[in-house]
Amino acid sequence: MANADAVSRRVAAAGPRRVGTGLKLALKGVWKLFGPDADRILVTSSPAPSPGELATRNIITAVRDVNLDVREGEIFVIMGLSGSGKSTLVRCMSRLIEPTAGEIVFDGKDLLRASEREMIEIRRHRMGMVFQHFALLPHLSVLDNVAFPLDIQGVKRAARYERARQVIDLVGLAGRESHFPRELSGGQQQRVGIARSLAVEPDIWFLDEPFSALDPLIRREMQDEFLRLQTLLRKTIVFITHDFDEAVRLADRIAIMRDGVIIQIGTPEDLVTKPATPYVAEFTRDIPRAKVLTARSIMAPIEGPLIADARVSGDARIQDVAEQVMRRGTAVAVVDGRGDNIGLLTREAVLSVLLGKDIAK
Amino acid sequence: MTIAAGALPAPTWGRPWIILWCAVLAAVVLPMALAQPESPMLIYPVGWEIPFKTWISAAIKWLVEEFDLGLFTFKQLTRGIAWLLDGPLWLARAILLDGVVIPLGGERVVALPPLSWLSLTLVAACFAWRSGGGRLALLVGGCFLYLAMFGWWESAMVTLASIAIAVPFGVAGGLALGIAGYRRRRFEQAMTPVLDLMQTMPIFAYLVPILFLFGFGPVAAMIATIVFALPPMVRVTMFALRQVASELVEFGRMAGCSRHQLLWKVLMPSARPGLMVGVNQVIMLSLNMVIIASMIGAGGLGFDVLDALKRLDIGKGLEAGLSITLLAIALDRLSQSLARRSLPRRAGSQLGRSAGPLLILGVLAVPTALGTLVPALAHYPDAWRITTGPIWADLVKAINIRYFDDIDAFKNLLLLNVLVPMKRGLADIPWVAVVVAAALAGYQLGRWRLALLTGCLVLFIAVSGNWEKSMVTVYLIVVSVVLACLIGIPIGIVAAGAPAFNRVVQAVIDTLQTLPTFVYLIPVIMLFQVGDFSAIIAIVAFAVVPSIRYTVLGLTGVPAHLLEAARAHGCSRAQVLLKVRLPLAFPEIMLGINQTVMMALSMLVITALVGTRDLGQEVYIALAKADPGRGLVAGLCVAFLAMVCDRLINAAADRRRRTLGLAS
Ligand SMILES: Nc1ncnc2c1ncn2[C@@H]1O[C@H](COP(=O)(O)OP(=O)(O)OP(=O)(O)O)[C@@H](O)[C@H]1O
Ligand SMILES: [Mg+2]
Repeated sequence: MANADAVSRRVAAAGPRRVGTGLKLALKGVWKLFGPDADRILVTSSPAPSPGELATRNIITAVRDVNLDVREGEIFVIMGLSGSGKSTLVRCMSRLIEPTAGEIVFDGKDLLRASEREMIEIRRHRMGMVFQHFALLPHLSVLDNVAFPLDIQGVKRAARYERARQVIDLVGLAGRESHFPRELSGGQQQRVGIARSLAVEPDIWFLDEPFSALDPLIRREMQDEFLRLQTLLRKTIVFITHDFDEAVRLADRIAIMRDGVIIQIGTPEDLVTKPATPYVAEFTRDIPRAKVLTARSIMAPIEGPLIADARVSGDARIQDVAEQVMRRGTAVAVVDGRGDNIGLLTREAVLSVLLGKDIAK
Repeated sequence: MTIAAGALPAPTWGRPWIILWCAVLAAVVLPMALAQPESPMLIYPVGWEIPFKTWISAAIKWLVEEFDLGLFTFKQLTRGIAWLLDGPLWLARAILLDGVVIPLGGERVVALPPLSWLSLTLVAACFAWRSGGGRLALLVGGCFLYLAMFGWWESAMVTLASIAIAVPFGVAGGLALGIAGYRRRRFEQAMTPVLDLMQTMPIFAYLVPILFLFGFGPVAAMIATIVFALPPMVRVTMFALRQVASELVEFGRMAGCSRHQLLWKVLMPSARPGLMVGVNQVIMLSLNMVIIASMIGAGGLGFDVLDALKRLDIGKGLEAGLSITLLAIALDRLSQSLARRSLPRRAGSQLGRSAGPLLILGVLAVPTALGTLVPALAHYPDAWRITTGPIWADLVKAINIRYFDDIDAFKNLLLLNVLVPMKRGLADIPWVAVVVAAALAGYQLGRWRLALLTGCLVLFIAVSGNWEKSMVTVYLIVVSVVLACLIGIPIGIVAAGAPAFNRVVQAVIDTLQTLPTFVYLIPVIMLFQVGDFSAIIAIVAFAVVPSIRYTVLGLTGVPAHLLEAARAHGCSRAQVLLKVRLPLAFPEIMLGINQTVMMALSMLVITALVGTRDLGQEVYIALAKADPGRGLVAGLCVAFLAMVCDRLINAAADRRRRTLGLAS
């Protein structure tokens, strides 16, 4: 029940999602090759070498010619199977891994041109990252772990502890400040990881499979927690997962990666309704349609005078409004962000979405 | 069928190898049959020797006497280093043993006493209690009490003072080099062979050049100790830092750590448990070395043992040996439990935290201060002293009288039927054949690179003029290792199947590993006098540990599902052991044998003290004559023998592991 609540809360709060139009991070032609002479091969060969050619030279193509934009305030999910290059790509974004080629524009500035010192400054104040296996320092208490990034910046003890207590509160760990990481459960450890990455109020927040190491139940709880935080904080987020369910729950947009290449970028709905390749279609096959389709995409045009007395948002997912529509017996109105009626959501349409999945199975 | 067989690739162990090995055998037998006794094929001619010894001696002499580094001479540099260590060592000895006399001008002086024996015992017990509970406190306190009660306190304090200074220097040096190696692969690559060599060089071989450079005395002994204890710390540091999860390093960089912050705030604290293992090793190696370094003037317990050995004073030797052992056990357990407690716990009450240091300060100060009034606190009173020396002496005498004939008969039987023939046989093998065989084994297991390495290393031994002594060494090692394996592997097999027995075995081998090498010689000499036989027994006792440990490790490490599968197919227990567990554990057991060889070689040199005529004796003579070239070359020969064994066994184990699909 808590889940449904959280989701509807989110729908209510987000309405039409308030994703800014500003560009936060843009990748242009980014490559990352591992292997002997990997640095030179791109410079010397043109056009770009084919995957087969690279493979014969014992070079691993972790990221291949990636172009993407992350908009201000959105949750941008990168997903793909194990080994598809997700982690490498997100580490290229923060230059933890030096890309072999390409451009990474962060707030209008090319990161690859930044000096070591500038990079340290950018990472200290404007980037945060959460890791799959939490990466907590075993010798520090929860409080000190969370305050660690501030300590690195040279923030005074009292000030950094105050800030750390705030974020520990925010993630619901108040009272455990003096515990050590090994005394906490996996979910609690990841809350510490999240608190720590938020302590510096980053502009952009990278999460590399933050919930993969957790049990399914805790994972859902953490996803809700994450959405709650996001409604409060409105960060720009790059979120990595290999779980399409998770991606659909969280994402504004999803990029699907395979063998280092991004094959499609779009909203969850786009991926399901307009898969670019059979691979994407295969990937999205098992997802219940009701979880991704929005009211807007299946609404019927308004013909004649409107008789519906209930309204739903055009961006609402079918799963969240199905009960409301089915109960009513009549169609409900679909409204856009400004509250104007734009269509009708009928029982039949909802039913076919709900059943369509079941029949397909 | 024939076609199919012909189409198959030749198996690696097939016919070509048999032909090659036959060729080698021919190379052994033919020259022996045909050549004159003095043929250069048989015995390496003296005229062909390359005088490495003289060159090295001359080089070191030049270093000491003429080498000028511009601002200062090399001699001044070594003096400087000695001076740097002299101060701390003096301080440690003042605190533990000598006390300080401060002149206040004129006649008046203030004499600060050294720590009371009671203070130190209590403090050690306190630390043990805080880190490991009551039992550890009892153990550690008991060990220190033994030192006082049996009259070894002064000697033990001399040894402890050296260790107290050598360990921090060893740890700091090891950390610095390890960090540098962690940061730069190049540096690590350059360092690895040097570390290999340092760890395979026999301990004595270090003493000679250090004696030459730094003279005779406690400081020289301490330098030898630091040099000897350093390599494992370097390795452990690099290993522990590499073991830190890559995510933690990435987190550190994302938090915006500078290189310095990353090292000191993320890497080192995260690697701390691993590093503490290194610290423990440095302590144990230092203790071992300080004792051996009594030969170049370290004094202390090592000197007492050496002295007793020389005079065949059985009771004194045993007691001094026991005090070394107890000191080693106390330091080992204490440092291990401190290491285990290295992760912080939630802080207790404010009072509890500040009470600890206060308590310890009190325990240190009060008995020491009272000692000026109550002499029994300052010096353990002679009247309370216990000695068991005569009892031991009588016991050994009794054993010798009663069983002398039996022991002697057994010894002679073994000597006449196994040891002497084998020694002769090995000495008779032409050196050419050995070089070829080493290279061939290298080729078979690791192709050209290994063949070149093993061939050259063995050739060096011939060229350096140590051939005969090396063959005696090989004979001692082969006999000891075979015996150690015959004893160790069956024990390991039994222990792997019986958990209760295993616990006992593990406790025993843990204790055996804490014993300094010197200690092994004491009982052996007492019962068997000097000679090859005694040496072999001491070596076997010292080197049996890894063959047990790795056998247990390998057998218990066989995946459970394989055992289940075997049982499901109806294997009996014996069949499971022979057909599944042993073959799968084979690589581990090989590693155990490898370790056994290494330990046997390091013990071998010590056994020169009981009169073997091998490379150990050569080093020992060089030490007595202060001839650094001779000592180093003989040391290199031991190290090269070790390397040949190590590389060959490792290559074989690797190969085996690959065929089993266990290697990545
Ligand atoms: N340092 C490296 N050296 C060589 N190859 C690497 C290195 N790091 C990653 N790779 C390779 O790059 C490819 C992409 O790896 P990456 O870790 O980015 O995948 P991923 O999508 O994050 O997978 P997972 O879901 O398992 O985390 C893999 O084939 C991997 O083996
Ligand atoms: Mg990954």
